[in-house]
Amino acid sequence: MTLLSIDWFFILEKILLISAVLVLSLVVAMYSTWGERKVAAWIQDRLGPNRAGPMGLLQPLADGGKLFFKEEIIPTNSNRFLFILGPSIAMLVACMTSAVIPWGDTLTIAGRTISLQVADVNIGILFIFGVLSVGVYGIMIGGWASNNKYSLLASVRAASQIISYELPMGLALIALLMLTGTLSLKEIVEQQRHDLWNVVYQPLGFFIFLVCAFAECNRAPFDLPEAENELNGGYHLEYSSMKLGFYLFAEYINMFVSSALMATMYFGGYAFPGMDSLGVSPNLLTILGFLALFIKILVFIFFFMWVRWTVPRFRYDQLMRLGWKVMIPLALVNMLITGAIVLFRQH
Amino acid sequence: MQALTNRSKPVDRSPLTFLEKMYVPAIAKGMGITFKHIFKRKATVSFPEQRRQFSPVFRGLHILNRDEEGRERCTACGLCAVACPAEAITMEAAERKPGEEHLYREEKYAARYEINMLRCIFCGFCEEACPKDAIYLSETFAPSNYQRKGFIYGKPDLLIPDPKQSSK
Repeated sequence: MTLLSIDWFFILEKILLISAVLVLSLVVAMYSTWGERKVAAWIQDRLGPNRAGPMGLLQPLADGGKLFFKEEIIPTNSNRFLFILGPSIAMLVACMTSAVIPWGDTLTIAGRTISLQVADVNIGILFIFGVLSVGVYGIMIGGWASNNKYSLLASVRAASQIISYELPMGLALIALLMLTGTLSLKEIVEQQRHDLWNVVYQPLGFFIFLVCAFAECNRAPFDLPEAENELNGGYHLEYSSMKLGFYLFAEYINMFVSSALMATMYFGGYAFPGMDSLGVSPNLLTILGFLALFIKILVFIFFFMWVRWTVPRFRYDQLMRLGWKVMIPLALVNMLITGAIVLFRQH
Repeated sequence: MQALTNRSKPVDRSPLTFLEKMYVPAIAKGMGITFKHIFKRKATVSFPEQRRQFSPVFRGLHILNRDEEGRERCTACGLCAVACPAEAITMEAAERKPGEEHLYREEKYAARYEINMLRCIFCGFCEEACPKDAIYLSETFAPSNYQRKGFIYGKPDLLIPDPKQSSK
């Protein structure tokens, strides 16, 4: 069926896929809030939410309902447009990065090959970096539009933190790119499918990326933008109701997406060991691959939470020192060593 | 200096070694500790279904006791009010009239007996001071209330039910 020479099935397929990915990331983020509370409780020898539904599984719905019904306040002296724009950008950016992550190999349905990736662009990693840097605007605009000096201070801190940690993150990725020779995430996964996972070749790079991912997601021990004790709550001090909910929710989506990214780039994505010798049909293999990726993501999300309830928050000068004086030199050394090895192997 | 207990530990003030400065081993150790806690027994008591046992020396809400015949033991001597460090107890004495012998044990009784539960610190001194074994601290909490006056417990709140009446 070609009408006006547009492949309608292709558009339908992509719309379905985008919706599925969006719903998936929202549901995972929703249940991350539940998971966060459960993990915190377990680590602190408590039971955690267990009243709403079995195991407290309806807790995210209750929390969401509460946020929706809370009174919504926009401060009189704030810039109304920017005030609403802030959380919208945070949410939008968090959702956008999932577009280039390959969620699985290809499915074959009724003779059509459907790739489980919204967009296999050959600049996948660049796209992620581009989108991530827009994320700073969400925080910055939110803090600015509140017309509150504490919020502004917090958002300045948040912005400088994110910029400081984006540098070593990029440098760590450059080392990875030297090794893989491609920016397409799909190709990176396919290389790992037939070879060892990248984490074996890039342990230091992965470590740097992991630390920077914590900082980019504003997760503890780098959750300084919302330091209650010094800044009255942080850049979202003036936000209430679902706008605050969006900021907090965006953090969980970011966590999900960065877990997916780490799994894709360093832990083989949807590829798992012994994948090609299983001898099952390609469609089933794709589903198994998706499940493998999902498990990896859940492990990473658990790791994020585990760290949050173990490591205490940094002081701001310590955070900056770690970023500029430790992470960037480490990333540069990692890049140098990788470059030397790649050069050595070519000759 | 002699140590008071055998648990004191000398503080190590030597500068950090390179490995310690990297923090990563220490963080890994900490993560190990928190991970172990996931499988430990939980200290939570799911309150309405499970209730924690009070210790035998727990001092809770007061009761005014009666004797075997169901008469009030309190003679309004005021020793409990004197002993009370928080000055939570107030009372008014009255004389027993003929025909009320089945109600009050002695000639004098408390017409009004009030304990302000907002002031009470549950020290148990009233219990100790009472020469007539009339006031005791039970094993229940003071229930919450919306108004301050709800915490002023009068005789109807404090007196235990008459054993003769409840047996009938």
